[in-house]
Amino acid sequence: MGSLPRIGLALLLLATPLASAHAVQPDEILRDPAMERRARDISSGLRCLVCQNQSIDDSDAPLAKDLRVLVRERLTSGDSDAQVRDFLVQRYGEFVLLKPPFSLHTVWLWLTPLAVFGAGALGLALTLRRRRTPAVAALTPDEQARLDALLRESGRA
Amino acid sequence: MLIEAGHFALALALGLSVVQLVVPLWGTRTDDSVLIGVAGPAALAVFTCILFSFSVLTFAYATSDFSVLNVVMNSHSTKPFIYKISGVWGNHEGSMLLWVLILALFGAVVALARDALPDRLRANTLAVQGGITVAFLLFLLATSNPFARVDPAPFEGQDLNPVLQDPGLAIHPPLLYIGYVGFSITFAFAMAALIDGRIDAVWARAVRPWTLAAWAFLTLGIAMGSYWAYYELGWGGWWFWDPVENASLMPWIAGTALVHSTVVMEKRDALKVWTILLAILTFSLSLLGTFLVRSGVLTSVHAFAVDPARGVFILGILVVFIGGSLGLFAWRAPLLRQGGLFAPVSREGALVVNNLFLATGCATIFTGTLYPLALEALTGAKISVGAPFFNTVFLPIIVPVLLLVPFGQMMAWKRGDFLGVAQRLAAAIGLSLLAVVGLLAVTRGGPVAAPLGIGLGLFLILGAFQEIVSRAFASGTSLGVGLKRAAGLPRSTWGTVLAHAGAGLTVIGIAASAWSTETIVSMRPGDRQAVGGYTAELLSVTPRTGPNYREDVIRFRIMDGTRDLGELDTMKRLYVTRNMPTTEAGIMTRGVSQIYISAGEEANGTVGIRLFYKPLILLIWLGAVVMAAGGAMSLTDRRFRVGAPAVAKRRRPEPQGQMASVPAPAE
Repeated sequence: MGSLPRIGLALLLLATPLASAHAVQPDEILRDPAMERRARDISSGLRCLVCQNQSIDDSDAPLAKDLRVLVRERLTSGDSDAQVRDFLVQRYGEFVLLKPPFSLHTVWLWLTPLAVFGAGALGLALTLRRRRTPAVAALTPDEQARLDALLRESGRA
Repeated sequence: MLIEAGHFALALALGLSVVQLVVPLWGTRTDDSVLIGVAGPAALAVFTCILFSFSVLTFAYATSDFSVLNVVMNSHSTKPFIYKISGVWGNHEGSMLLWVLILALFGAVVALARDALPDRLRANTLAVQGGITVAFLLFLLATSNPFARVDPAPFEGQDLNPVLQDPGLAIHPPLLYIGYVGFSITFAFAMAALIDGRIDAVWARAVRPWTLAAWAFLTLGIAMGSYWAYYELGWGGWWFWDPVENASLMPWIAGTALVHSTVVMEKRDALKVWTILLAILTFSLSLLGTFLVRSGVLTSVHAFAVDPARGVFILGILVVFIGGSLGLFAWRAPLLRQGGLFAPVSREGALVVNNLFLATGCATIFTGTLYPLALEALTGAKISVGAPFFNTVFLPIIVPVLLLVPFGQMMAWKRGDFLGVAQRLAAAIGLSLLAVVGLLAVTRGGPVAAPLGIGLGLFLILGAFQEIVSRAFASGTSLGVGLKRAAGLPRSTWGTVLAHAGAGLTVIGIAASAWSTETIVSMRPGDRQAVGGYTAELLSVTPRTGPNYREDVIRFRIMDGTRDLGELDTMKRLYVTRNMPTTEAGIMTRGVSQIYISAGEEANGTVGIRLFYKPLILLIWLGAVVMAAGGAMSLTDRRFRVGAPAVAKRRRPEPQGQMASVPAPAE
């Protein structure tokens, strides 16, 4: 949570994320720009565990700094991006990932968009069909009889 | 004494809003016009009481009355005057008071819109609005009294959270709340329709201006909050998918869907049931947002359990209103007559597709925000859902709907012709594709997302204006005639064009952020650093003392080649009372692009500096302003035009028995 307390509570629905200032410091940056880019990329997907909804890349909490340095150490020692992530998950649990992997307990998280869209589209299709059918539906025998009667009457007149 | 009067006025408002709830409802049940007539005056009286109460609290802040607990906790005698005022709503109790004030304000405006609404509809609407007011006044008085005293009064207050000491706080919450709470009126209209079991084009026309106004304000409020976060927090981001932000985005998306579905209802008498449901959902999402932020449930399920009084109360309000309204919906909606049928390829068909996508987007944010809470409560497993998730999932939902916007806008009502529309959009499609290819060629090796996104934004803008072109400039029309015709098009058409073009601008701004550059370096005076195509030279680091803070001012000179563009200051502040550091980013605007510099830790003569170049970034917020302007433009359409509220204007016979419209809610 950095040096600022949560202000989410202090204010109603102000779109204000928490804490301020500086995350990555100049002395943390790797010399190899490609590797540094990978490090930034990985860190922006890792949660600062003591913050509210902040990645370690954005947070100025000491723990976030330690994690950023750790990510860079693993990268320089030759780990792949996936290996770095796995290492952190092993250490801190899935909680550390800002994008949870697809698994049994996140199935609804990932499938909600599809489910809602599918259900909506299906409902829509059914409504359209249901509505169109009565519009072209044949008259009931009862109605047909009345219509015939009316026609006969007017034909006679 | 005055403070107690303010407190008493709140209690009085509670009593009066019970009257506003009960009497008009009774009146419409028994067809008693006297009881029905109580609704308006009751709403005005409630508003007056709450306004008085709010003024009292403001006065307490302005005069730094430290016998009031709320003032002690959130103010300081040396705080600049503007922040003493805005500090009124910079805390829980005060912001809830602002919430009910705006709630009552909307009720009062409905009460004043005499000619605009059928009496029964107005009475039922005000009764429902009264019900919401009752709930929130009870909440204020029972759990969040802003007028609590402290004895003995301390000599000095504890100051306002420094992050909130910013002009942004003065403007952002009121805008956001007008939008947020404005949807309560739409909700009340929906409830009124369900209570009476009647809903028709008259209802749709009556509701539409309120929805539009609330939507426009919410648009501005969210944009303002985003810009505020951008310049105040100092790391150059402008949207974080924070639950607090999501809480305001959900009603906005639902409100956007609602604005579109009421058009269908008004023009084609279709989508009634869905529109009602959407009105309920939009306000429910506003309530949900209130619950999320107010209850502390966001921090963790446990924080909520530790101090549950407020959370449980709001949860109760949530359950009663959402459950109640959905129950009423389930019971009464089947009574509403289904409207006309329509073809899938038509303007209304396109609007339904829009609603489908927006509803999906809204549901996605909803689950993304609440899933971790639900999972932790149910299984104890902790997961995080953050920006990377939302970016991955939200993009495929929002891009198709944006692509379809120009098509929907050009489509005819009842029976559209997709190929014909595509033909008329050929120029817009061609130009946008050309822009994408051109940009891809120029920025080879750069991010692909930026040119694609800019192409999409351009398509939205060109497609939006294509409607004007094809309606005003038929082939062979001279420029003068065409312009005259364009000016004569209905305001609501122009409103649509502006709103869609604004969305296009925002898309371009967002897409261009893929090109932004960031450099993190240690600098000492005299050092130079390239930022975008410019050069920043650190001139000096000087300490300075402000009214309630100390700061280091780090001054830069910005140069374009050898040309001096001026100086830029970025600050590191320490607010003394709370011993809290903040950064004030230094920003230089070039056109709609910005150079953005913020300062970090200092160590032996050097300062850690972050330099960003953010091309086209201002378009993100300018686009939102244009969208809101589109909403405002639609509000001035002849259909909705009214003069001043009824006081100034005597009752006049309506032209052809047509309903006059509802005034735009007071700004």
